[in-house]
Amino acid sequence: MDAGAQWAIEVAGLEKTYGDRRAVDGISLRVAPGEVFGILGPNGAGKTTTVEVLEGYRRADGGAVRVLGLDPWTEGERLRPRIGVMLQSGGLSPGLRTIETLRLYTAFYDGADDPERLLALVGLTDAARTLVRRLSGGQYQRLSLALALVGRPEVLFLDEPTAGMDPRARAATWDLIRALRDGGTTIVLTTHYLDEAESLCDRIVIVDHGRVVAAGTPDELTGAAPRHEIRFSSRTGLDLVALADAVGVTVADCSADAGEYRIAAPSDARRVGDLAAHLLRIDAPLDSLSTGRTTLEDVFLQLTEEDG
Amino acid sequence: MNRRAVLAQARSETTLGLRRGESLVVTIGIPVGVLLFFGRVSQPTVDGDPLAFLVPGVLALAVMSSAMVSLGIGTGFDRRFGVLKRLGSTPLGRPGLLAAKTLYVLAVEVIQITVLLVVAVAIGWEPAGGIPLAILFLLLGTIAFAGLGMLMAGTLRAEANLALANGLYLVLLFLGGMAYPLSRLPGGVQAVANLLPAAALAESVRGALADPMDVPLRAVAVLLVWATVLPLLAARLFRWEE
Repeated sequence: MDAGAQWAIEVAGLEKTYGDRRAVDGISLRVAPGEVFGILGPNGAGKTTTVEVLEGYRRADGGAVRVLGLDPWTEGERLRPRIGVMLQSGGLSPGLRTIETLRLYTAFYDGADDPERLLALVGLTDAARTLVRRLSGGQYQRLSLALALVGRPEVLFLDEPTAGMDPRARAATWDLIRALRDGGTTIVLTTHYLDEAESLCDRIVIVDHGRVVAAGTPDELTGAAPRHEIRFSSRTGLDLVALADAVGVTVADCSADAGEYRIAAPSDARRVGDLAAHLLRIDAPLDSLSTGRTTLEDVFLQLTEEDG
Repeated sequence: MNRRAVLAQARSETTLGLRRGESLVVTIGIPVGVLLFFGRVSQPTVDGDPLAFLVPGVLALAVMSSAMVSLGIGTGFDRRFGVLKRLGSTPLGRPGLLAAKTLYVLAVEVIQITVLLVVAVAIGWEPAGGIPLAILFLLLGTIAFAGLGMLMAGTLRAEANLALANGLYLVLLFLGGMAYPLSRLPGGVQAVANLLPAAALAESVRGALADPMDVPLRAVAVLLVWATVLPLLAARLFRWEE
């Protein structure tokens, strides 16, 4: 067995250029079998290009790519039966019914999953006879997801899987992704929703301008910037010097944006109490209050902020 | 190639084709209409049996409508909706998809030709022979027109492809020597028409059905050139994503 057996996916120094635009500029990553792996980044960062090279849609201009030990471009015929793909948008014939589309896909794979079971799994049993063109955006996404699962894939590629889903469908999809992971499926996920990445992914890379700018578990990424903080909203124009003094920090740790305030300091109960007492003393309202550590969103915005 | 996948996809293509009413009008309605109208109502002024002229013409028209118009427009919208892309990452793959679309066109042609021949015999057409050679020419025409349909489908936006395929269908019907003889056209137009695939196909099929030992070689040569050039161009220029 080659090294491909240890890693479900190996990418080393991937490069892809469109005309004179370098979409991917030396991305390297490795995904372990059974892992949910998140690829995050702003629009145009190179996420979809990277995933589409892995899926065999595009040929890499440079670097080495292996999925299940196979080159997706030259060994696609052997790879395709073992992967499932959910495109960011589109892909389905508007004139076929939901169940017809699923049945068609079952003919593509040996040992395909049962169409009725998959419909139930993604909550589309009631829409089985509906023409694809009449499905709502969220239903369309769920059918796309079901189609990606028909072949019982070893590696599943999900490009923005919950875009357009209502909160309930989104929660159900998260549960489904976790269940697939528990069943041993390797999942590569790109998403715009940082809470989705934080909640689902075992490991994450953040890409920007075609490069990896951060990599690690969600905890590692947020822990790398331990910016504990308190955020609250009140009336505009509070005196930041008095505020800093009241909660025991320097004025440099306090910032204001309209009526939104941020104090960069550990949010222990004493400091929150001091803040509340201060606001009471100066007769200022406390409209909202949040405390806690840095979220993935903070890390993301910090790393990619020059895109504005 | 995965045979089960190809057959399932071909069946799905056929289901979709039969659900598109406008596709049925073009593939069945217009060829049958042309045959009945010019065969019974307003006969083209030709020497001899008008049906001997018309039947090969509408067979050529049928091939043009399924291989160019129906295949091309369907594939253009498959491309627009990302269906071509999505199927490319299944075990069906791109070669399997092309095989399925080929089977779809052949299935439609079998239906078209059966319907047209039944109608033709019903209104008095008597087959004279040369049928195997006529089928060979119809297959060559299928290759040429499928190449043209795929060339447009794989390079144009879906709406532009729709308009151009329908427009070209009409132009080639007028310049194809299908419903009336090319000799009715002015000399210059006639010369151009003779170099187009529609007239070449109609004349080749007509020649085969009239006398398989004496086929119009120039028309067959023109048809062969189109059947080579158009698929090659399509293969070279086709883009799977819009």
